[in-house]
Amino acid sequence: MRQYEITFIIDPVLPGDEANKAAKSYETLLSEEGASIVNVDNMGLKQLAYPINKKNSGVYKCIEFQSEHGAMIPKVELAMRRDERIMRFLTVKLDKYAVKYNEDKRNGLIGSAKKSKDSDKKDSKDGKPAYRVAKDDLTLIEGVGPKASKLLTTAGINTYAKLSGATPSEIKEILSKGGPAFKTMDPGTWPDQAQLAADGKWSQLNAMKEKLVGGKAIGEEE
Amino acid sequence: MASRDDIKFLSNPNLGKDKKKYCRFKKFGIKHIDYKDPDFLLQFINPQGKLLPRRITGNSLKYQKKVAVAVKRARHLGLVPYVADLLK
Repeated sequence: MRQYEITFIIDPVLPGDEANKAAKSYETLLSEEGASIVNVDNMGLKQLAYPINKKNSGVYKCIEFQSEHGAMIPKVELAMRRDERIMRFLTVKLDKYAVKYNEDKRNGLIGSAKKSKDSDKKDSKDGKPAYRVAKDDLTLIEGVGPKASKLLTTAGINTYAKLSGATPSEIKEILSKGGPAFKTMDPGTWPDQAQLAADGKWSQLNAMKEKLVGGKAIGEEE
Repeated sequence: MASRDDIKFLSNPNLGKDKKKYCRFKKFGIKHIDYKDPDFLLQFINPQGKLLPRRITGNSLKYQKKVAVAVKRARHLGLVPYVADLLK
């Protein structure tokens, strides 16, 4: 049994439910010819990267199906070529990795954005789900970089609320464990910034950040 | 007496050293490249929409070929442009 997928673009200017009807007609055609439909993915209306048939957008659909030898594919492709509603189509035979990928995607293991995929990887690696609970982006605090935020997170300070509760000397101790590069950091204002972040007072925080460079208050010497 | 950790350099001593490139597909175990994901494919094309060479991306030959196929499929489906200007 081979698995195929056929992706096609439907004219976006069709009246009403015509786009879905067109997709449905190909589903029935495929199953009539002996293919078993695995999945139909409505990718929705998308902007085209270049105009096709003088149109700048199209409705994307993707039908995934199983068949012994794909004997019906020429018939379906011929029907699509004759169909004015279909702007483009592409039939692809899926290898085992592609089948697995599509399954994972359906089960939500692979996000539409690749970023989530990377974060999945990280999560599975360190295997400490506790740190993921209500984790805030500490790097939004002026003076905290990605590395410093990682140090803080591993030390158990993973939210603004916890950071605001810590004293500067405590933070300094955590940072000094990270190596000599962090010794120069001055976390004096971090708890105050975190307090604002925890309360959601972003505009005040931004105003405060403007006065700070590297987490240190400037203008004090003046 | 200054300890070794306190020594500061005027410029970053690691500046000249290149980071070794690696094939992300091998490293992260990605077996399939989805041609329907233009955001991902955008990493492998230059601002003109041309495929980036292996010496830039670090892809292994096996996956560079797969990337090329995926980009070409995406172009056919209007997900990625054939020619562009200032794509990124």
